[in-house]
Amino acid sequence: MTSQPSRPIVQAQKLGKQVASPEGELVILDDVTFEVGEGEAVAVVGASGSGKSTLLGLLAGLDSPSHGSVTLDGVLLNSLDEDGRAALRAQRVGFVFQSFQLLPSLTALENTMLPLELAEEDGVRELALEVLERVGLEDRVHHYPNQLSGGEQQRVAIARAFASNPKILFADEPTGNLDQKTGERIIDLLFSINRERGTTLVLVTHDASLARNCDKSLELEAGRLKLS
Amino acid sequence: MIRTLRLSLRFLRREWHAGELTTATLALIIAVASVSAVGFFTDRVRGAMTHQASELLASDLLVVSSNPIPDEWISQAHKTGLTTARTIQFPSIVLAGDRTQLAEIKAVTTNYPLRGQLRIADEPFAKDIIANSIPASGEAWLDARLFGRLGIDVGSAVKVGAASLYVTKVISYEPDRGGDMFSIAPRLMMNADDLPATQLIQLGSRISYRLLLGGNNDAINNFRDWLKPKLDPAVRLQGVRDARPEMRVALERAEQFLGLAALVSVVLAGVAIAISGRRYAMRHLDTSAVLRCFGAKQRTIVSIYAGQLLLLALLGSLTGIVLGFFAQWGLSEILVGLVADQLPSPTSLPVFTGLATGLIVLLGFGLPPVLHLKNVPPARVLRRDLGNLPATSISVYLAALGSTVLLMLWQTQDVKLTAYVAGGSVGTMMVLGLVAWWLTISVGKFRNRVGVAWRFGIANISRRARSSVVQLLAFGLGIMVMLLLAIVRNDLINQWQASLPEDAPNYFLINVQPNQINELNLFFRDKNIVAPVLHPMTRARLTGINNKSLEPESFADPQTRRLAIREQNLSSAIEPQSDNRIVSGQWWVHEDKGKMIMSLEEGIASRLGVKVGDTLQFSIVGEPISFTVTSLRSVDWDSFNVNFFMVVPPGVLDDFPSNYITSFHLPNDHSSLLTDLVRKFPNLTVLDISALMSKVRSIMDRVTMAVEFVFLFTLIAGLVVLWAAVQSTQDERLYEGAILRTLGASRRQLMLGVAAEFVTLGLLAGLLAAFSASIVGFVLAEQIFHLTYKPDLVIWLAGLFGGAIGIGVTGTLGARSVVTHPPLYTLRRA
Repeated sequence: MTSQPSRPIVQAQKLGKQVASPEGELVILDDVTFEVGEGEAVAVVGASGSGKSTLLGLLAGLDSPSHGSVTLDGVLLNSLDEDGRAALRAQRVGFVFQSFQLLPSLTALENTMLPLELAEEDGVRELALEVLERVGLEDRVHHYPNQLSGGEQQRVAIARAFASNPKILFADEPTGNLDQKTGERIIDLLFSINRERGTTLVLVTHDASLARNCDKSLELEAGRLKLS
Repeated sequence: MIRTLRLSLRFLRREWHAGELTTATLALIIAVASVSAVGFFTDRVRGAMTHQASELLASDLLVVSSNPIPDEWISQAHKTGLTTARTIQFPSIVLAGDRTQLAEIKAVTTNYPLRGQLRIADEPFAKDIIANSIPASGEAWLDARLFGRLGIDVGSAVKVGAASLYVTKVISYEPDRGGDMFSIAPRLMMNADDLPATQLIQLGSRISYRLLLGGNNDAINNFRDWLKPKLDPAVRLQGVRDARPEMRVALERAEQFLGLAALVSVVLAGVAIAISGRRYAMRHLDTSAVLRCFGAKQRTIVSIYAGQLLLLALLGSLTGIVLGFFAQWGLSEILVGLVADQLPSPTSLPVFTGLATGLIVLLGFGLPPVLHLKNVPPARVLRRDLGNLPATSISVYLAALGSTVLLMLWQTQDVKLTAYVAGGSVGTMMVLGLVAWWLTISVGKFRNRVGVAWRFGIANISRRARSSVVQLLAFGLGIMVMLLLAIVRNDLINQWQASLPEDAPNYFLINVQPNQINELNLFFRDKNIVAPVLHPMTRARLTGINNKSLEPESFADPQTRRLAIREQNLSSAIEPQSDNRIVSGQWWVHEDKGKMIMSLEEGIASRLGVKVGDTLQFSIVGEPISFTVTSLRSVDWDSFNVNFFMVVPPGVLDDFPSNYITSFHLPNDHSSLLTDLVRKFPNLTVLDISALMSKVRSIMDRVTMAVEFVFLFTLIAGLVVLWAAVQSTQDERLYEGAILRTLGASRRQLMLGVAAEFVTLGLLAGLLAAFSASIVGFVLAEQIFHLTYKPDLVIWLAGLFGGAIGIGVTGTLGARSVVTHPPLYTLRRA
């Protein structure tokens, strides 16, 4: 919601992804180029199968593109191996997923501490408790995921995503598994923490109202960026 | 690193509570408990056996010399902490009135025997007791045979050289009466202090000086190391391993049986761990993807999971070791009552063996699938079809095979046995794999000819083809090993024990003259005892091999050198003895009677470097004679039958002086017959070997019990494999069950379907297992234990029915959560 031109933090250059299929080469993403400025909230919208999740995976360095490049906070992802990309994610990237992806064997607190521990930060417990309190789960810190409701699980996921104070947050259909009311609360929470911390948000969604909350929208159609 | 370890611990704690690791831990505990129990127990039994072998030397280490034992050696032995005794043995004429007899004099010092017990009686062939001392100065203890030959009683006086001694006891058992028992004259035992008075010890006398040493292993080894460089060829050392060949064979077999029994439960546990490890890895694909997504490096993932495995290996192994220790302790307590003998305490070695086994099994079988977790792409958080475990992986099989072979080699210390068992297992896996693949595909044809439950069950087997093959392999291997152990336990042990039946010969009769044969047969017939078969025996000196004159000094091995020097006993026979097997060449036919050919025992043949086709030259009463070797035989020396190294066809030795030898079984209550026999045929020598036989029997009993004990662990390990195999498809089964129940399938229909699937799997696995167990059992019997394997129908019945019932019940019970789990819960989790 800022009108100031900002430093680009996510840059995609002629990004493409193809996979082999029984019918031959299948193009999932084709020649996608765009930039996201620091502190911006950008929605990636499109129909099912349009390549939204693939794009998110490539931007976050979870997968390698078939061609083109991604620059994340000034670092060219193509120049890094998988472990290098993992180190970058640990320091600068947070995630929120549709299916929460909490580790069932860890409590809410332990799940929140996980990225901090992987980034080898100090005072992880205090930081995790602080952010859990921020998402309103101070009474649920020792609960395991299967003891929490869907909304609570997604709040733990949001706490986990913000715990390491990432520069960029990638969210994949964060309300997809929630009822409308809970979904709205989760979105409010996500955007308010995002604003507080000045995090860049890249949000994949097919929810038009959610997309309207963002600074800009990128629409994908059959793997290509549709200018809007 | 500390953080990773903390994460490892956190995951482990939670997964432990969630029961994720129960099967693998249980398998690990069983493997380690089994190895440790066997380790502790073998350690103690080996100790007891060594002790028994020590009895045959009357010491832990024996130094035999033709010169007096230097005082320096004795004082060094005492310095090393060993106890000593000495014996001086030589043949000499014993006089009683006007009768004379050649006897083997044995002068002993205090402490003799250091190991084992000397047994004495008040009258010949009377009930004996343990001697608590040695003959007092001025006394002599005599072999029962000497009484008849010298016409004396207890209390009479005999003369040995210039010394006069009073006969006070009859020797009934001498622990170290080993060696060539047919060449020794009857025993006269006296106190070494009386030796100077005999004036028999003179330069050039044929005297054997022996130093008996007793003490712990370290002291014995230290002394052996100290003495070895000082030895000249006239001195030899005999440790417990060099004791009698029949005892050595028994010891080796004991170790093989126990080693085999232990390693099967380890391999089974390994299979269970591999199956659980795969399941564990499959259930942690998502976790790994999330960890990668949040920035965990591959190294971190490996550290987390390998750390968990190491912690688990340590905890499981320690638990297993403690369990194994108590298990063997309990068993030993029972055994003490049965064998009436105290087992020595175990050493600490099995603790390390147990720990190492735990590590090798868990890492070898469990690590490869878990290592795959580092390769899970982080993009799996977005697309769950990415990064699934490959169905088969060479590295998994290689690691498992490698660890198995390593463990087998370590356990058995026997390359051949390892090769057979490992080869058998791999071969079986391949055959089972191929047949299982074929069966899973073809079993589908039957689905339209059966009811709905069977259709569902059979459809599951062919639809889940890959996991069905894995399950069939696991089930098949589990059942095969159990059947194999049943074969080993029942058939092999029974056959082994049958090789020394209750009526095995317990007496040897030697020095029977040709003109006494008829009279002797009549004697036995009068006593209502079947006359034993008499074997002719002619003394011959080996003079050459392949017409090259024999030079005993050319043999590096002192035992071979002695073998070449001493007189050989040649015997003749039409047929080979029942416990002989021709291993090379051919036994003669009837027409070969009188031909100058010879069958040689394989051991002596290899010592002398002789093969079929070579010629051996002998001198019999000064006359040269040459034989061509036409066959080599293996001889079962622990059968206690009369056996010869060298046998020729009948008719060859007719013109040479010979006497006869036989062995026969005499029940205990017939011992008065021996007194009559010795009176009637005073020249005959009767050797009582029942004491020696009961020693060998007691070893057999101990080993059998130990094997049966280890069988319990194998059985439990087998059940864990079945359980792990059932669990491996549990998630898939739960999901399908939930969908079917949502679509309206009744619990009964689901359960019947599951039961049908497992019963079918059990039948197929049982059939394959019985087949492979028979083959491996046959190979083991023929190649390793040298026994004749008899096919057993029970194996097939047990395989089929045991498989169908065992797997049917275990599988159905294991999968019952398909109907007890609420379908909604399952579907929400998926």
